[in-house]
Amino acid sequence: MLPSALKPEKFDSYPPEARKIVVNYLSTLRQLPLGFVPGLLRELINYDFKFPAERRAHERELEYLASLSAGQLKEWFQGFAQIRLSSQLEDFDWVKSPAQFVERLSAHLWSTHQLDTFRQVSNEYADRLRAAVPPEALPVPRLGISVIGQGVASCSDPLFRKLRAHGAYYAHINPGNGLRYLLDAVAARAKAHPAPYGHWYIDGGESAECDPALTCVSYKALEPARTALLRKMQEQIDRPGMGPEALRTILAQMRPSDLAMDRGAGTLHDEILERFEVSVLTEGSGTQIFSTVFAQWAAREALRRAQPLTLLVRFAPRQRQRPMNEMLSADAKVPPEPDLIGSLVDGDFAAYYNWLNQQRLPGAEKSSFLVWFEGHNQALAIGPSTPRGTESASVADLRQVLAWTL
Amino acid sequence: MRYLSSPREVSQCVARTRRDFLRDAAGVALGSALFRPAWARTASSAPKRKVVVVTFGGGARDQETFMIEGQKNIPHLMSDLIPQSSFFTQVVNHGILGHYVATASLATGVYETFNNFAAVSPESPTVFEYFRKDLKRPSSDAWVVAPSNGFNRIGESSHRSYGPGFGARVILPKRLLAAATSRSNNDYQHLLRDNYETPYFTPELVGSEFELQQLETILKLSVDDFKTHAQTLSSPDELSVYIARQLMHQVAPTLLWITLHDIDVAHAGAYSLYIDGIRRSDRLCAELWKDIQTEPEYAGNTTLFILPDFGRDSDDDAGGNGFQHHRTGDTLSRTTWMLAAGPGVRQGVVFDRAVDSMDLVPTLGAMLGFNPSLAQGKPIHEVL
Repeated sequence: MLPSALKPEKFDSYPPEARKIVVNYLSTLRQLPLGFVPGLLRELINYDFKFPAERRAHERELEYLASLSAGQLKEWFQGFAQIRLSSQLEDFDWVKSPAQFVERLSAHLWSTHQLDTFRQVSNEYADRLRAAVPPEALPVPRLGISVIGQGVASCSDPLFRKLRAHGAYYAHINPGNGLRYLLDAVAARAKAHPAPYGHWYIDGGESAECDPALTCVSYKALEPARTALLRKMQEQIDRPGMGPEALRTILAQMRPSDLAMDRGAGTLHDEILERFEVSVLTEGSGTQIFSTVFAQWAAREALRRAQPLTLLVRFAPRQRQRPMNEMLSADAKVPPEPDLIGSLVDGDFAAYYNWLNQQRLPGAEKSSFLVWFEGHNQALAIGPSTPRGTESASVADLRQVLAWTL
Repeated sequence: MRYLSSPREVSQCVARTRRDFLRDAAGVALGSALFRPAWARTASSAPKRKVVVVTFGGGARDQETFMIEGQKNIPHLMSDLIPQSSFFTQVVNHGILGHYVATASLATGVYETFNNFAAVSPESPTVFEYFRKDLKRPSSDAWVVAPSNGFNRIGESSHRSYGPGFGARVILPKRLLAAATSRSNNDYQHLLRDNYETPYFTPELVGSEFELQQLETILKLSVDDFKTHAQTLSSPDELSVYIARQLMHQVAPTLLWITLHDIDVAHAGAYSLYIDGIRRSDRLCAELWKDIQTEPEYAGNTTLFILPDFGRDSDDDAGGNGFQHHRTGDTLSRTTWMLAAGPGVRQGVVFDRAVDSMDLVPTLGAMLGFNPSLAQGKPIHEVL
């Protein structure tokens, strides 16, 4: 089926809000090429469980596309229209299963050497859309904080090497109460600028006491879900004929209820956040087994999707590398040995990725970023008024450094 | 800074940057394809010429290798191998960036398009089939050492003019070790790990895979000796290099292809483990080169090629997650490098013209004297 044949009843299986927005813009979707529409539907089918920033972005994109004439739409999407698709793709039920269609499309693009073209037209579309629908002003400039090296006694290698050129390096931080200062600062911002899913605290281990104004995600709190997921993965792996692609498809279809996340007695459930957590565990490679990877990927996805105003990420020790099949086993009898130095290296580089991903969001020129070696006297701050590539001899605590940076 | 608009421009920029780093750190000179010393032509026609190809399944990015900040991770490449090599800074892979299909493409000289995770043979004839059929070589003269079970069919294509009977013999060292030991024996588990993407991918092994009893008949290793030595090793790639050494010593094949995979632990997302993989691969390559120079059957008549099958995603592409994967198809993930060393190959020279991944097989054909008639690349004349 081609998009021109779309009818409202085709979307009866969609969740209510998703169905409503798709049907509302159906006349626009009908004019778009098959190389584009399933990718958009893959996002819209989850509209009911998206963060406010994502919803708003989809609404603004559709509003803009609906404002274009037929001729303009044709011109905007001519690159996608020129992608050669197979009859098998055309026959696939991409309305019902847009994510699976996109997986098949991806394989088709690679094997027909059209990936580079698709990549180019996708980037051009995103750039053009960004120019046509400029981002809305932020109530307060973004702040990102990364805390790395938990449990490491000392480190002789230089830290923050990827970030030093962008900010000020502090070598004389007074580490006392450092984490508390940072958590309090994050909570204060959440109260001063309240926004649903606007202020996050992600912990790669057990989270510290967390203000309810923050959206809190932790590796430790998700341990039952991770264990359940690893068991399900192992069951699938043991099935004859199972391969990585089939497993990925199964994982992508998992919901919080599949991992018993919705069964906590007496607790309020936040299905949007639970679905986010499931997606971090099922779509991220290594998030199920390495806490450092979990924290980095969760931060990346939170930034990409929720576009928070504030994000504090604390990295914790990950387990030492063991055979992959052993790490994927949910039935470990002894707690795995931590790799403290490896985790510090992971966290140091992940902090750079946290900053990069923050800088991809609107308002980057006003954003600030702080990374701290937990319990130690090294930190680095990046901000619009922070001199780049400098080293500060100041003796200060993190509260002061934050104040100077923001 | 000028904005680089096309993938070709980005690729050329990568090549120039690599060249400059190598010139500064390893003291190499920019090579010219026009100059060709007489001694090289003489050496390249040596009658007992052998070739060892080492591919990395899972490339390493420049910032973790050739750039100043990464050079500490590849001390052996920088100080031992590159000064003795011709180094190609811009090897572009235009195919599918999955390790099995990409390595199969390297081995056929044709961009294969099969499912990367399927247990299938390449569709086009492999370099091993051209070599054996054209030169009437026995099966013992072409070998592949590959750590991953998914590579068990890489030695022989399904092409009707070649295929069964003409391929390379394939050793999967992890398979061999698993057979020699018990999977429940924790002393060896670290050598049996697969990369993150394929722990669950263990296809049925059929065809010409190495049988356990051949440990003794071909590698001249008792099961006990093999197990004892394996306990001293720290990774699957170390196991592969150990097996490759045994093959060189006992069988001395003319064409030996080794694929290393430790770097691909990057898919699990832990940066420190990715760096560990790079450092280990660097050391193993230097050890192999040393073995080649000391093994009587190989010393003085062997050309070594080292090349990653492709690169990894750049930090700049929002669609990826940097070093972790190679899924974006961006220019950095397609642009890798190649090193060639041995008699007849100029030393300490860097070439930054674009070479295609498909060029390897025609180069090997020209070097060893067979005709890879269905391969799509062109011989790399700078090493011939």
